[in-house]
Amino acid sequence: MTTPTEAGGPDLQYQGHLAAGRFMIQRGVTSGVAVFYPRTVAPGTGEALEWVEASGRGTVYASTCVRKRPPEADVNIALIDLEEGPRMMSRVEGIAADAVPIGLAVTARIVAQDDGHLVVFDPADEAVA
Amino acid sequence: MSDPFPRARTAIVGAATFGLGRCPGYEPRDMAAIAARDALAEAGLSFADVDGLFFTGSDDTFGGAMNLAQYCGIRPKVADNSRTGGNVFESYVERAAWLLDAGLIDCALIAYGSNQASATGKLSSTARPFVYEAAYRPLLPLTGYALAAQRHMHLYGTTKRQLGEVALAARKWAQLNPEAFVRTPLTMDEYLGARMISDPLGKLDCCLVTDGAAAVVMTRADRARDLATAPVAVLGAASMTTHSQISAMPELTVTPLAECGPRALAQAGLSPDDIDVVQLYDAFTINPILFLEDLGFCPKGEGGRFVDDGAIAPGGGLAVNTNGGGLSCTHPGMYGLFTIVEAVRQLRGECGDRQVKDARHAIAQGNGGVLSSQAVVVLGVD
Repeated sequence: MTTPTEAGGPDLQYQGHLAAGRFMIQRGVTSGVAVFYPRTVAPGTGEALEWVEASGRGTVYASTCVRKRPPEADVNIALIDLEEGPRMMSRVEGIAADAVPIGLAVTARIVAQDDGHLVVFDPADEAVA
Repeated sequence: MSDPFPRARTAIVGAATFGLGRCPGYEPRDMAAIAARDALAEAGLSFADVDGLFFTGSDDTFGGAMNLAQYCGIRPKVADNSRTGGNVFESYVERAAWLLDAGLIDCALIAYGSNQASATGKLSSTARPFVYEAAYRPLLPLTGYALAAQRHMHLYGTTKRQLGEVALAARKWAQLNPEAFVRTPLTMDEYLGARMISDPLGKLDCCLVTDGAAAVVMTRADRARDLATAPVAVLGAASMTTHSQISAMPELTVTPLAECGPRALAQAGLSPDDIDVVQLYDAFTINPILFLEDLGFCPKGEGGRFVDDGAIAPGGGLAVNTNGGGLSCTHPGMYGLFTIVEAVRQLRGECGDRQVKDARHAIAQGNGGVLSSQAVVVLGVD
């Protein structure tokens, strides 16, 4: 029988890394294929996964602006393709919520929330230069 | 090896709806039971004949088939209440065809009912939020479809007006359907002026929130010939799932229908050119554009141009969503069974002002989740 780890399941470990200021993703120990969201086993192969620090570099794959009733501000929702391969949902900040183009180069940033930490993205330096 | 699907060896012999629009004071099981009784009665059958029950209820954590069986006095050998979303009803037809053909069951009842509009006034969902999306506060499922629409616009030049063509066509069909919930005229200016919710989708890109129930009955083709209704043969049926959440969808402009649509058509021995009427799960206006592409009615990326100039409206080149669809007829939480009922009615020639002349072959398609799970049924009459 596979033994549970003392660090707990992958969601807890992911949040622990974010709390320590590190955006970590997983990769297959044999295939090297990167995986997001955190899992106990690799999709497809079932191989074991190890944590690796993400470069934080990504590209906007798709984006939408969720319209809110004033005074609440509109919110961007984007799908980001990470440099390592996996795609994740996030939001792009530092640019109007309805003006985030597909293909925009972005950089990850960890933000603290009441119930944990969250990865958001900003336009990459070269994208705004 | 050729696909072993039991082509034309089973048939739909009854179809009914109940309580479309608003049905205050009824529970979902009350509504499903009436539609079920009426679908069976069409064929001269009753609850006592049913030995396969396929039902999903959003208010029952056990799925609901046991409760509906009890309510109707059915003792089913097969009680299937699996749920992949609104497409599961097409998957039920697929499974019922196999189970009937194998001889495990003799009469399948597929039913659904929802009072969501009267009970809560919003889409019902019992799904636990997916933490890796929910933290960003997307408006699901709408935001998922908005992301797919935005990507389709980016890659293929699809326009907001083309999304509007889908909404206008649905409304024009609804105006010909006495059962449709919203039958007031709709102009492109009104469509373009509607409140934006999650770009590029606004209020008039979204399906209705209604009550409603439906049921269909299936038997083997040999028995179907002896029943009271003209049988509608099940020529093909196939399902495919590629993901659950939108962030895990492999490519947002290609749905799992691209796999199971052509497979079902091949089972039927038909091509898109042979199809006279198409009932698609239009939860949002981008859906028919994606689904027409994935079914092979036009190349990938051409869906927006395909629906232009009223091409899927009454009098257009292809009859799509002739009941008015989820956009203008009814959308009680899960819409998949209603596409099947409308396809059956078209093939029986019962559709009055909206009847497609000489309709012999029809597609009924279902969509679940955020383009996650797709299923399609190909139906025909001689």
